[in-house]
Amino acid sequence: MSMPRPAVSVIALAVVMATGSAFAETPNLGKPIDEADITAWDISILPDGTGLPKGSGTSAQGMAIFAEKCASCHGENAKGGPAAALVDDRPLAGISAANKTIKNFWPYATTVFDFIRRAMPFQSPRSLTDDEVYALTAYILAQNKLIGESETMNEETLPKVKMPNRDNFIIRFPDRI
Amino acid sequence: MSQHRRRPRNNQISVEAVAGNGLLDRRALLGRGALFAGAVSTGFGPVISGAAAEPFLDDPWSLEFGDPMPLYQVPSAFEKKVARTLSNPNHEPRNSHARTPHHLVDGTMTPNGLHFTINHGGVPNIDPDKHRLVIHGLVKRPLMFTLDTLARYPMVSRVTFLECGGNSAPMFSPEPLQETVQALHGLVSCAEWTGVRLSTLLEDTGVDPRAKWLIAEGADSPHLSRSVPMKKAMDDAMIALYQNGERIMPGNGYPMRLLLPGYEGNMNVKFLRRIKLVEEAAMSMYESRTYSQLLPNGKAYRFYFLQEVKSYITNPSHGATLKAPGLYEISGIAYSGTGRIEKVLVSADGGQSWAPAALQEPVLSKAFTRFRMPWRWDGSPAILQSRAWDEAGNVQPTREQFVAARGELKAKPPVLGFPNQHYNSITSWGIDSKGEIKHVYA
Repeated sequence: MSMPRPAVSVIALAVVMATGSAFAETPNLGKPIDEADITAWDISILPDGTGLPKGSGTSAQGMAIFAEKCASCHGENAKGGPAAALVDDRPLAGISAANKTIKNFWPYATTVFDFIRRAMPFQSPRSLTDDEVYALTAYILAQNKLIGESETMNEETLPKVKMPNRDNFIIRFPDRI
Repeated sequence: MSQHRRRPRNNQISVEAVAGNGLLDRRALLGRGALFAGAVSTGFGPVISGAAAEPFLDDPWSLEFGDPMPLYQVPSAFEKKVARTLSNPNHEPRNSHARTPHHLVDGTMTPNGLHFTINHGGVPNIDPDKHRLVIHGLVKRPLMFTLDTLARYPMVSRVTFLECGGNSAPMFSPEPLQETVQALHGLVSCAEWTGVRLSTLLEDTGVDPRAKWLIAEGADSPHLSRSVPMKKAMDDAMIALYQNGERIMPGNGYPMRLLLPGYEGNMNVKFLRRIKLVEEAAMSMYESRTYSQLLPNGKAYRFYFLQEVKSYITNPSHGATLKAPGLYEISGIAYSGTGRIEKVLVSADGGQSWAPAALQEPVLSKAFTRFRMPWRWDGSPAILQSRAWDEAGNVQPTREQFVAARGELKAKPPVLGFPNQHYNSITSWGIDSKGEIKHVYA
């Protein structure tokens, strides 16, 4: 139980060093909150799965949800409509972003879950349950043959999905990170 | 008077050509009277017509009580054409862009009504009294701030450009699109932003040394989120509250946005409501897909972030016609996400010869710098170009260099598309003997 104290002083030192000054005086008017207070807002997910919620879903469940809530924009079977195709077999060729697909470009499957949960459906974001988001993610991944038809997506399985293009990226300016 | 009379002789050298096709010494701009005196003496001055002019009678507006003053003034009704262009005027359920008309404004500051915007889920109608900003994650004390509490914090102002990573994307076309500078380069603007340094708020929360990134998230319907290195957060990041002196425009992130000077627009998260400090980037869709740029070798850049050194001529430019040979001022904007603009060279002969343009003060770091260059057009075909250097020695690439590194498309793209990003090569305006201006590659 002696851990917290050294940790605090390390934090203080880090702040001093990072800002190049001793604790400058601020009005200090931020209202302290608990992480528990902002659970509903905290929808950040890291590629290792950190932040993924409880829940699960399968491609079969996702197919029904997709037909009801997504197909009007993304087309039947997610092959494209007024909004982008989500199931697409085209290869990555040339430099045009039009050729990027989930299958040939997206490096992490967690991003599929994250974007659906925060932004979809376009007209009513944040209206899907976490189970529904897992099911839609499973449907899109399975239709793209990135997972098997019967695989269940949850906080354990989703981060383990290996996306084909994962290792094909170059950090542009490593010194800036 | 004697001094006045002497000036033309002293400035005679200033109207000498400094590069091919009629580029004149930039110092001529310092003594504009002398420039035109010189011009007349060389036969290119304005022709004074002997034709009967309109009689000088009072116009109607000089004979009546004018209009009342509005509470919030807007430009003259005669300036309606000075407007942004909209990518999605019917508000269909997709993203929307509005582009700045660089060819219809001058100076370096973009008026708020003309600042470019891109929104991915419409413009949220945010009640500022209910808006909250939370900073949490790898901090010592998670804190919530309101607009009122932020107003008590020390504020800073800085002028900086904001540029969409996809600005100038039509230039990836294998042949030049015949479009205005607004259509080609309208997704960049420059404003004075005022707010609280993010590092100040992070002093209040404390930072766990494990934090290498923050995830910024907006209160808009896509809950747009981007990962930002802590290095940038502690450098010059700001929670911006004011834009050119007034509250941020709704389309630009009202009531508060993240401002990351010199970094691609999408990272400057608008309607900012949450900052979470984390160890790894989130690989949100915008960073891992949209703002990762395909390269000719099949790989893709990740975390490009920086808007590199760039310039283009805004006047004259595509859409304008030179009415007659004579003296013109070439002018444009230059900027770099790395720092100050060091110099801008201009060419009137398609890059065969170059001469330095005058840089209008102030030349600010990561801000628009206006350059100006006197030019005497002799009526023959010309190709106008500009090329900028920044204080770190970065130089705007030629098109040949750029295409060799980044490639080009196989076919002409739609002008509103974003086939690729971070284009910063030279823009060329070809002028024919009739004075018509085309977009050319040179």
